[in-house]
Amino acid sequence: MEIPYTVKARPDTGLWNAKVGIWLFLASEVMLFGGLFSAYIFLRLGSWHWPHGVLNIPIGLFNTFVLITSSVTMVFAWASLKMRNLHKFEWFLGITILCGFIFLGIKSYEYYEKFHHYGLIFKNEAVANRYRAEVEAAGGQIKPSIIEGQYEVTGHIEEMDEETMKFIPDSIHSSEPMVQIVSVLQTITGKKTEHGEAVVFQQDDIYRWGPFVPRYSSYFAIYFTLTALHALHVIGGMVVMAYFWIPGRKLYHADPEHFTNRVEVVGLFWHFVDLVWIFLFPVLYLL
Amino acid sequence: MASVALSESEHSHAVVDHHHEELSFLRKYVFSTDHKIIGVQYGITALLFLLFGFVLMMLMRWQLAYPGKPLPWFGDWMWLLLGKKNAALLMPDGVMSPDLYNSFGAMHGTIMVFLGVVPLGFAAFGNYVVPLQVGAPDMAFPRINMASYHSFLWGGLVMLISFFVPGGAAKSGWTSYSPLASIADTAYHPFWNGQTMWLLGMVLLITSSLLGSVNFIATIIQLRAKGMSWMRMPFFVWAQLVTAFLLLLAFPPLEAAGVMQLMDRVAGTSFFLPSGLVVNGQHFSALSGGGSPLLWQHLFWFLGHPEVYVILLPALGMVCEILATNARKPIWGYPSLVFSVVAIGFLSFIVWAHHMYMTGMGTKVSAFFQTTTVIISVPSVVILSCLLISLWGGSIRFNTPMLFALGFLPMFGIGGLTGIPLAFSALGSYLHDSYYVIGHFHYVVAPGVVFGLFAGVYHWYPKITGRFMNEFWGKVHFWITLVCMNGIFFPMFLQGMAGMHRRWYDGGAAYELSKPLLHWNEFMSVSAWIMGLAQIPFIINFFISFRTGKKASDNPWEATTLEWQTPTPPPHGNFATEPVVYRGPYEYSVPGEAKDFSPQNEPVKEYNKNL
Repeated sequence: MEIPYTVKARPDTGLWNAKVGIWLFLASEVMLFGGLFSAYIFLRLGSWHWPHGVLNIPIGLFNTFVLITSSVTMVFAWASLKMRNLHKFEWFLGITILCGFIFLGIKSYEYYEKFHHYGLIFKNEAVANRYRAEVEAAGGQIKPSIIEGQYEVTGHIEEMDEETMKFIPDSIHSSEPMVQIVSVLQTITGKKTEHGEAVVFQQDDIYRWGPFVPRYSSYFAIYFTLTALHALHVIGGMVVMAYFWIPGRKLYHADPEHFTNRVEVVGLFWHFVDLVWIFLFPVLYLL
Repeated sequence: MASVALSESEHSHAVVDHHHEELSFLRKYVFSTDHKIIGVQYGITALLFLLFGFVLMMLMRWQLAYPGKPLPWFGDWMWLLLGKKNAALLMPDGVMSPDLYNSFGAMHGTIMVFLGVVPLGFAAFGNYVVPLQVGAPDMAFPRINMASYHSFLWGGLVMLISFFVPGGAAKSGWTSYSPLASIADTAYHPFWNGQTMWLLGMVLLITSSLLGSVNFIATIIQLRAKGMSWMRMPFFVWAQLVTAFLLLLAFPPLEAAGVMQLMDRVAGTSFFLPSGLVVNGQHFSALSGGGSPLLWQHLFWFLGHPEVYVILLPALGMVCEILATNARKPIWGYPSLVFSVVAIGFLSFIVWAHHMYMTGMGTKVSAFFQTTTVIISVPSVVILSCLLISLWGGSIRFNTPMLFALGFLPMFGIGGLTGIPLAFSALGSYLHDSYYVIGHFHYVVAPGVVFGLFAGVYHWYPKITGRFMNEFWGKVHFWITLVCMNGIFFPMFLQGMAGMHRRWYDGGAAYELSKPLLHWNEFMSVSAWIMGLAQIPFIINFFISFRTGKKASDNPWEATTLEWQTPTPPPHGNFATEPVVYRGPYEYSVPGEAKDFSPQNEPVKEYNKNL
């Protein structure tokens, strides 16, 4: 006996097997990301201050549109198969994969930026207050850190020795959209010049400092965990799509309906990955 | 001439066969996509892990009964389990160190739950029996099924390998509570240490159960035979369906938690470390900002409680099948069984925080979880009552599977009833982390669920191998195990109510309050070791009967469900012709029929249609 309903729908459920399977899998994925989102809520409720304006909003918004576009082309790819137009399918699936690459490329740029961006936490509030005027004169700002009673300044390290650290604080305008766009364009064209004045801090006044990696704060911990897990899903989806783009295509000539169903399944997964990002973007970038 | 031709053809046949077998051994027995082989793979692997987990406990019981005395006999061989370096580190002079005791405790729990009981009940029996019972040719996704087993196997191997990494296996309990677990073992090696390996193993096991549960649900929804309507499905299939949903939805949050704990351990984050945590004078989370140990507990128990039902329900389903078959009576109240099991599945998602009364999460939250916990006992009692009433007036066959199934009822009853006091936060606060809790859940899991699993092994063995297991040795196995189980676990209630803590590695010898109850430790340990001996006939019986057991017909128990209506053992594809279902699952002793069982695929006679 062959396994029934691999291609044709079972009459009473109206579904073929893999469609049931992928919806169940997605239900489980909802719970996976649900666990992480509830961790986000827990961390945020438990923190003294939650960082704002740390991520580049225009670039995140652009990435959101890239993913939405890829979801649209994914539907077109599937629809082309339904109309038995393999040539169009190849084009649309190709664009979808390309969008995946663009998304990951931009995400890597964002990660890179964060890994080369520093935060510096003062020993205590009194020390922070001592530097406040100097930092503000340099165009920067001393903000509350995520931990109660701690203050931080963010920016770039210019020079450092045993006793002092020359630090260029982020401009208070650095979280404005236009400034962020200009900064990205400068990076792409390679014309980025160090801006702003440096402030000299005594090493003794610094409680700790480090780049924006997961261990810097709970905010970056959840940011990197969520987006990296999402990126793994993007990569997974792209691998499957790449399979259907070239080697898996054989099935189309043998059983086009079966092939179309398989593409529909990967499409559903891709829409889910897109949907997760639709939640991630406001939660991490905007709120 | 003829004989020459014959021998020649025989010869060439043998060569072809030999060649064929050699080619296909891997594909047939290791990378098989046949649900029956996968079921057997799961079954044997899980039984071995059950034995291994039990051995760990038998070693721990030496330490509890005779604290500080060197381990006899086995002491010299412990390097086999731990590696020479770890044995020297963790067993100085042959005495179990507190670290080793903790490690065995954590691994006993992990192995029994995630590698023993669940894979045996859900994956092994589910794989073998469910597609047969719904009349399907295989699982819906055979290759995913294979991936599920291999992921499980690797998860298990990672857990075993973790005994050999520097410092030995995980030591933070099967619950791996942070912050303890977030910082444990990293002193031995930043990555190759017990707790990190535990997390990696768990990720593999969670992947395996995800693949399995998707497959089970899709199979049950899509591949039911013609006429197999929802209310004609055997109760075992219902139990598996609900179990699969629990695994599907409850495990991923633990995976999320596992990823975060891995980040805490490897990437230096502090998801579960509160600000200002200081351990042994070392400042651990200057970084945190909102890190919360309670978050781990919530995510863990969001899996942990449904997991209890993942452990229980498959065994409950098996017991139901076996009771009906051997009482020669329909199950009493089949619809209420079905609705109850669905209700349990739903409720099990909203009771998790009754494990956390002591955490200070607040009285309002406690009150909510207390209420839901008490409510969940209602469907459980409905199920147990239905099973008990099903025996009333039956003509019961007391064979080995039936004995184990009957043993399940009172043992699970004790386990369930002793859980009710724990549901109330006031009593829970007193009994929390005492031996009472250990006694309670072991009565559910060990004499309860494990009895159900043994019943299943004895019951379906003839279908899988075509031979019976030996009845006499089966009964010896049952009676000694029954007595010893109670010998191990009943004193735990007494000790727990007197306030003995579950994690004292000397069994309470250092504490004044436990003095009057200390003598039970030896009694319990001896019971455990005798029970260990009682498993030897089972193990021999299990392997010997495969060759020498009494031959079984296709339907040796004269049962009604579809798995007995196939050839024995079922061929690839299961059914010779597509089965059609005409009846409910338990039509035993139907009035007017010639025999006392009416298989589901037997058309209903005209004159009986209105009955």
